[in-house]
Amino acid sequence: MMNVVKVRMADLNTIGAPARIRTTGLGSCVGIVLFDVKQKVGGMAHIMLPSSEIAKDNQFLNRAKYADTAVPLLFEKMLSIGASKENIVAKLAGGSQMFQFNTSNDMLRIGPRNVEASKLALSNIGIPLIAEDTGGNIGRTIELDTQTGILHIKTANLGVKEI
Amino acid sequence: MMGFSFDKIKDLQIDILKEVGNIGAGHAATALSTMIQKQIDMNVPNVKLIPFSEIEDFLGGEDKVVVGIFLRVEGDIPGNMFFVMTVDSAKQLLKRMMGDAVSSDPEFSEIEFSALHEVGNILAGSYLSSLADFTNLKLYPTVPSMAIDMVGAIISFGLLQVSQISDVAILINTTFLEGEHFIEGHFFLIPDPEAFDRLFSALGVPL
Repeated sequence: MMNVVKVRMADLNTIGAPARIRTTGLGSCVGIVLFDVKQKVGGMAHIMLPSSEIAKDNQFLNRAKYADTAVPLLFEKMLSIGASKENIVAKLAGGSQMFQFNTSNDMLRIGPRNVEASKLALSNIGIPLIAEDTGGNIGRTIELDTQTGILHIKTANLGVKEI
Repeated sequence: MMGFSFDKIKDLQIDILKEVGNIGAGHAATALSTMIQKQIDMNVPNVKLIPFSEIEDFLGGEDKVVVGIFLRVEGDIPGNMFFVMTVDSAKQLLKRMMGDAVSSDPEFSEIEFSALHEVGNILAGSYLSSLADFTNLKLYPTVPSMAIDMVGAIISFGLLQVSQISDVAILINTTFLEGEHFIEGHFFLIPDPEAFDRLFSALGVPL
């Protein structure tokens, strides 16, 4: 049985080959995946919100919860387990709009905002985004295979795909 | 910056939240019972402070597919409300309402989809209106929206407001069962942090 590390909501983790790392039930949340193509180490964050500026409680900021803080934190953790910046690539999945509304409430279109913020945070540290499966109105469960770098994406209604 | 913290909520307030779930779901169960002309039983509401990291396990785990109806509630007790059923339960419920017109395959036809939507609307509406009567507070629910998808993907949408101040949420969970247990549904009410002060004050147990 292959070792699979779980990443919970508002959490992140890293792992080396041959293990897999997964997170389940991404809706408006985004799964940010970093992978070192040479060292075969990978990391995953399950972010809920685009920016830590939204946080109303700054005392115990959970950096894994926000795109703008999770990306640099995940990047640091990748480096600390032996990844090199020039070999790291990124993939994104999630950021759906699960429910449709006629509303001006910005919170309800949080999925697309999470995706935009994740991309911005990646470009800020100069990590290339090489693949994404984002948007729509579907939930996703994702699993990174650190041996191949393939991200397996499972959906409830649209089957399985790989990016 | 925020005065509210979940630490302030004590057993007394938890009991009050249970009563909220009891009254809301009680009225909804009566509405459902009338709709399908069967007796509906209800469990004692479960009120829990749940860390985000445990929410998936709490909901039955992994990527279980459910029918979820969501309403955003504005007004004095802002929050998010879900009515959640398994796909099997939803099919059974449709059969009770529409008879043989309901297909057995796991997909939902357009008419089945809109019937479920309407059921969710009625049930959530009766939950919220009884809550408004009980508390004498104003609640303005949005038109409901429905999704058939992974439970985590659905419920996490209701955590966005809470997630701005903490990594835990209070879920008021009430389960009801049709007599022979073929139909099981769950109500989840997830109040926004600012809802608690007003709710508890209105009910005479301020924080």
